[in-house]
Amino acid sequence: MARLTMREAISQALWEEMERDPKVFILGEEVGVWGGTYAVTKGFYDHFGAERVRDTPISEAAIIGAGIGAALTGLRPVAELMTINFAFSAMDHIVNESAKLHYMFGGQMVLPLVIRTVGGGGRQLGATHSQTPDAIFAHFPGLVVVAPGTPADAKGLLKAAIRSNDPVMFIEHATLYQTRGEVPEGDFIVPIGKSTVQRPGKDVTIVTYSKMLELSLKAADQLAKEGVEAEIVDLRTLRPLDMAPVIESFKKTNRAVIVEEGWKSYGVGSEITARIYEEAFDYVDAPVKRVAQKEVPLPYNRTLEQSAIPNVEDIIQAVKEVL
Amino acid sequence: MEKQGYLDLYHQMVAIRRMEESAAELYQKGKIGGFLHLYIGQEAVSTGLIAPRTPDDRVITAYRDHGVAYNCGLSAREIIAELLGKATGCSKGKGGSMHMADVKKNYWGGHAIVGAHLPLAAGLALGDLYSKTPGVTICMFGDGATNIGYFHEALNLSKVWNLPVLWVCENNQYGMGTAVDRASAVSDIREKADGYAIPNDEVDGMDVLAVQAASAKMLEEIRAGGGPRFLEINTYRFRGHSMGDPERYRKADEVHRYQENDPIGMFRKYLIANDVASEEEIVKLEDAIEEEVRDAVEFAENSPEPAPEELFTNVYVETY
Ligand SMILES: Cc1ncc(C[n+]2csc(CCOP(=O)(O)OP(=O)(O)O)c2C)c(N)n1
Ligand SMILES: [Mg+2]
Repeated sequence: MARLTMREAISQALWEEMERDPKVFILGEEVGVWGGTYAVTKGFYDHFGAERVRDTPISEAAIIGAGIGAALTGLRPVAELMTINFAFSAMDHIVNESAKLHYMFGGQMVLPLVIRTVGGGGRQLGATHSQTPDAIFAHFPGLVVVAPGTPADAKGLLKAAIRSNDPVMFIEHATLYQTRGEVPEGDFIVPIGKSTVQRPGKDVTIVTYSKMLELSLKAADQLAKEGVEAEIVDLRTLRPLDMAPVIESFKKTNRAVIVEEGWKSYGVGSEITARIYEEAFDYVDAPVKRVAQKEVPLPYNRTLEQSAIPNVEDIIQAVKEVL
Repeated sequence: MEKQGYLDLYHQMVAIRRMEESAAELYQKGKIGGFLHLYIGQEAVSTGLIAPRTPDDRVITAYRDHGVAYNCGLSAREIIAELLGKATGCSKGKGGSMHMADVKKNYWGGHAIVGAHLPLAAGLALGDLYSKTPGVTICMFGDGATNIGYFHEALNLSKVWNLPVLWVCENNQYGMGTAVDRASAVSDIREKADGYAIPNDEVDGMDVLAVQAASAKMLEEIRAGGGPRFLEINTYRFRGHSMGDPERYRKADEVHRYQENDPIGMFRKYLIANDVASEEEIVKLEDAIEEEVRDAVEFAENSPEPAPEELFTNVYVETY
């Protein structure tokens, strides 16, 4: 196993899938000549050529719409949205087309489309460029939403997404690209729709995903020094949601904290909390707590921005409240 | 064109007219739910347009799609069954009037968000370009659709990538109740294609042979690698935008004036005047079409409802 950054892991998955299957190609803004805004597709243009690494105009609706159309013909496009904030310009095509076509036409349309995009705050980019609206996309049946928190999962899930015959929204996190981890070489697949325990524990269940996994792991390390063993369940896929490991853990710990970077209202935490109450009410020893972003558009000022995004302290605090 | 070619065009136009009339009746009886947009008056548009296509050519359109479906080879039975929401409908009763498709016949629907299918059409054409397969994508949309951003993104992309796509604007003079000149900065809609350096033309949409010729010419140019083309087809819908339209935005005389140029009536006269077919032959054909549509309605009414478990099928292809 190699120690790779998240960026390298994603890049490797894409590269290997393109080598493996000539039907896989990339389209998006600055994916080719520039090498990818986040350098994920660096070197791809020279190796695979302009036909398979297609630079597009700044036309989000056309990027996703054309991705859908090409997928309908049997190709496996990976359509890149420069950041998730620009997905709103393509919302119609994500929601009203990609998530609906298979069902609405009685199963005859199949669209193996991956929408690769990146979200997250904390980089002083201001309100329009710092959002974590993952829950919005997870609202729609028909769409698969994946958001990995480790380099290995990023590689394995991206390969699974490319091979899936459903439209998959693959959400990366901008401040995870430099994060390193062990990544299995070669054909390594992580199944979509499977949550997993990233750290075993017995005292409290922390449910999280993506960037907040990193923070939750740090919080768990500190809690361990104080004698509290937190079990961390990483959702990895937001839809279809795999609650089994969450419920199994909760039945053991009887306490849970849900940690997400997005806003609390109508968020991932709201969903997980409700499901815990629905599916394991008899096991509840303390009210489930949610850690999430403050209910404001993110400000530019560094101190203000940092105080709006969940941090390790917030997670530790919430765990102590449910113990 | 051989005699049979002319009769096929006439058959398709009359069948669409009869199907739409039956649909209106079924709607009034409460057997069709939701929205119902009729194609009456515009039959020559899709009939002429689609006639020169090869089986490799893809067709995609908006929600005014029953006629287009028929021209693409779907049977009146599966079209009317879909209107009634039956399991035997082309979309298994899950799509309804606005969402009909049959991908095996290269008919890609049936899309109800105005203009949203234009980027999809660019993608279908990209599929053929990328895979080096011979198809041309024919994408139909209304005059109103040329005012939404998707239209502009799709046309631009099609030119930048030299996509094999025929953009077809069915200018029926209105988008719901809004006349073209009240909504579009240019009334000659094809001028919009100039902004994207896409060669364009216009044709009388009440003349099926003129539409057929214009379509054949452009399809050939696209097939030769010439990139996208844009055809504005001028037409008129004789009925309201959808069922229950109070039609306050236009006068009855205006409708009557266009009805004098009924595309079916004019083509019928043409066939007789040019000795393509006798009045007698045509009446026989019309009777057969009458029967075809009557049979389709009977088939649809006697078809089963979708099974309750169909509610949960086709959400995803994979099992996760
Ligand atoms: C994005 C969007 N906005 C509004 C509507 C509602 N709507 C349905 S049809 C229509 C008029 C479209 O006119 P046109 O494109 O000229 O097509 P026509 O109905 O004349 O065939 C409108 C506004 C819609 N379906 N989608
Ligand atoms: Mg119109």
